[in-house]
Amino acid sequence: MSDVAIRVEALSKRYRIGRREERPDTLREALMAVLKAPWQRLRRGGASSHREQDTIWALRDVSFEVKRGEVLGVIGRNGAGKSTLLKLLSQITEPTRGRAEIHGRVGSLLEVGTGFHQELTGRENVYLSGAVLGMTRSEIDEKFDEIVAFSGVEKFIDTPIKRYSSGMKVRLGFAVAAHLDPEILLVDEVLAVGDATFQKKCLGKMDSITNEGRTVLFVSHNMAMIKKLCSRAVLLDEGEVREIGPTDAVVERYLGGVHTAAGGSFGVRTSLLAERRDPKIYIEAIEIRRDGTDPKRGFRPQDQLRLQIRYNAVKPIRNPGFIVMLMSHDRVELCRVSNMPISGYYIDQIHGRGQIEVVFEQLPFVGGRYYITVGVAQSKVEWFLRLDDVAWFDVESTDPYGSGLQMDTRRGYMIIPHTWDHQPFSS
Amino acid sequence: MQPITVIEPARGWLSLRLGQVWQYRELLYFLVWRDLKVRYKQAVLGALWIILQPVISMIVFTLLFGRLLNVPSGNVPYPIFAYAALLPWNYFSRSLSLASKGLVGNADLITRVYFPRLLIPMANVFSNLVDFAIAFLVLLALMLYYRIAPTSMVVFLPGFLLLAMLTALGFSLWLSALNVRYRDVGQIVPFLVQMWMYATPVVYGSTLIPERFRFLLALNPMTGVVEGFRWALLGERLADAQPPGALFFVSIAITLVVLGSGALFFRHTERTFADVI
Repeated sequence: MSDVAIRVEALSKRYRIGRREERPDTLREALMAVLKAPWQRLRRGGASSHREQDTIWALRDVSFEVKRGEVLGVIGRNGAGKSTLLKLLSQITEPTRGRAEIHGRVGSLLEVGTGFHQELTGRENVYLSGAVLGMTRSEIDEKFDEIVAFSGVEKFIDTPIKRYSSGMKVRLGFAVAAHLDPEILLVDEVLAVGDATFQKKCLGKMDSITNEGRTVLFVSHNMAMIKKLCSRAVLLDEGEVREIGPTDAVVERYLGGVHTAAGGSFGVRTSLLAERRDPKIYIEAIEIRRDGTDPKRGFRPQDQLRLQIRYNAVKPIRNPGFIVMLMSHDRVELCRVSNMPISGYYIDQIHGRGQIEVVFEQLPFVGGRYYITVGVAQSKVEWFLRLDDVAWFDVESTDPYGSGLQMDTRRGYMIIPHTWDHQPFSS
Repeated sequence: MQPITVIEPARGWLSLRLGQVWQYRELLYFLVWRDLKVRYKQAVLGALWIILQPVISMIVFTLLFGRLLNVPSGNVPYPIFAYAALLPWNYFSRSLSLASKGLVGNADLITRVYFPRLLIPMANVFSNLVDFAIAFLVLLALMLYYRIAPTSMVVFLPGFLLLAMLTALGFSLWLSALNVRYRDVGQIVPFLVQMWMYATPVVYGSTLIPERFRFLLALNPMTGVVEGFRWALLGERLADAQPPGALFFVSIAITLVVLGSGALFFRHTERTFADVI
C-alpha cells in the first residue's frame, strides 16, 4: 500500500469564456451559428474560431501530493483556482489536461446540505443527502440517531425542511456531512456558516476528523482555521501553485502577497492632492508607513502606522493645525487627532516645504478597510484644505482570542484587550 | 483492496461507464424515491390526478374520434381501444417532458457532487412507472366494465413496457443533454410531444393508414410500443389484429439506435454539464 493518498500531476482546466454572441445559449442561436459559420470563416480568412484569448486557465499545471493521514490546506485569493481544484478532484468536472489519482474511498463536501429538498422532511433529507454524499442506506440507518443528535433538530425531524430556519438547515446539513467516513475527504469552506456555538461544534468535529488520521484536503479563506488544522498548505495564485510547504510559511507568504497583488495594503489618492490646492498651502505627498521587516505585508491589529504629510506653504501660516481622521469602511469617524488644538503639539509658523509625521501606536482595529482624511487649518480659525478619504489602509482579519472566529467588520470596529470573570452567587 | 480513482480528460466516445451506474444503484433508488415523494407530497389531487389525466383524455378522444369521426376500433369499444394506447403513450410523453427539465432541475446536485449523470434520466423513467401502474389499474377496471378478458398475449406486455422504457430513456438522454446546453429545448418538447402523438397510432389504428405509407409509421419507434400494447391486451378481438411483424422490428432497431446514440451523446456532453448548467 502506497503512502500517497492524492497525487496530482500537471492538472489543468481551461474554460472557454468567449464573447456572448459567439456562444449559443439556445438551440435557435446554435442553428443560426451553424448557418452563419461558413460565411464567418470566409470573412476571417479561414482562421480558427477557437482563439486563445477566449479561454482562461482556471488551473494550470498544478502538481502536488498528499500523504496518507495528512491534512493539506489550500489557500489563495478568490479566483485563484481553489474551487476548480476541488471540483476536478471530486470529479464534478473533467480536467482539460493532466491527471490525478486518489487512492482510497473519497468523499467531498463542497457545500452544506447537498441534495436537500425543501419539500421533504428532515428525516427524509438525512437519507437523501447521505446517499448523495456517498453513504449506503445501511450506513445511514446506523448513524441516523447520531446525526440527528449532532444537528440538534430532533424535535423537527419529521417536519419539511422548508419550515426550518436557515440555521437549522445548515446544522442538519453539516451533521450529515460530518458523519461521512471516507478515507479521503475534500472540504470546501463549509464552516463559515451557522451561529457561533455551532461553528465551535463544527470546528471540534473537524479537529477530531483530522486527528483520526484521515486524509483531508481543506480549502478555506480562514487563515486561523488553516493554521489550526493543517500541517502543510498549498498557495494557489492565478491557477498555479505559488508555494507549497509548512502551513505557517505558506500563510505568511499569502498574507504578504495578497496585498501586493491588490496594489498594496494601503494607498494614497494622489490625484486628490493635485485637485485640492489652496493658494496658501497644498499637500505635495502623503505616505503611509508600517514598521517591521516586510514592507509589503498588510497591517495587523496592534501594528504601528506612520503617516507622513509633505506640505508646501506658499504663504506663511501661523499656528497651523494638521488634522487627521481615521474613518471606518462605513465612514464612521473612529478617531480624530490634530497637532493643534487636540494633541497640543504647537507649531509656531510654517513657510515653504516641510513634513509632518503622525505615529499611531497599536492600531486597535478589526480586519477591514480604513480611510484617512487629512485637513489643514489655522488652528481654531479656518480650514484651508480638507482631503476626504485621501488615503486608505487594510487591516487583516485575525483571530486574537484564539477562538477560531475572525475579527472583522462583522464584529464591531475595535479589538480591546480584555479579560472575563465569573462568580456565581448561589451554588 | 483500495479503490483508485483516476481523474483525467476523457478520451474517445466509447466509454459509457455502465459499471459505475451499477455501483451507484442505491443512489438511483434514492433519486426515484425522492421524485415520487416530492411529486405526491404536495399535489392535493395526488394519485387521483394520475388517473384523471388519461381518463379525461380517453373521454375526449372517445367523443371526438370514436363518436364524431367514427374512427374504426375493430371489435373493441373505442374507449378501451384508445386507453390501451394512451397508457404507454402517456408514460412516454411524461418521461420526455420530465427528462427535458431533469438535469437543469438537479443543477445544484450536478455542480456539487459526482455521480454518473445517467442516473437522473434513468430515475425519471423508473419513477414514471408508478404513474403507469396506477393508470394501468384504471385499464383493468375498464376491461372489467366492458367484460373484456385479456388474451394470452398479455404475457408479452412486460416486453412492450420494457420497449416503452427504453424508447423513453433513449429520447430522454438526447433531450436532457441538449437542454443543458440549449435552454429552448425545454420549450420545444411539449409541442414536439403533441405533434408526435398524432404521428403515432394512439387515437387511430395503424390499419387506417394506406398500406404503402405504413412503413412511415414504423420509423416512429412509439408505433411499435403502442400497437404492441393493443395487441397484447386486446389481441384477436381487434378486427385487424396482427401480431407484430417486420415493421415492429424496425421500431425496435430504431429504439436501440436512439438509445445507444443518446447514451454516447449524453456521456460525451456530461463532462461539461457542471461547467455550462
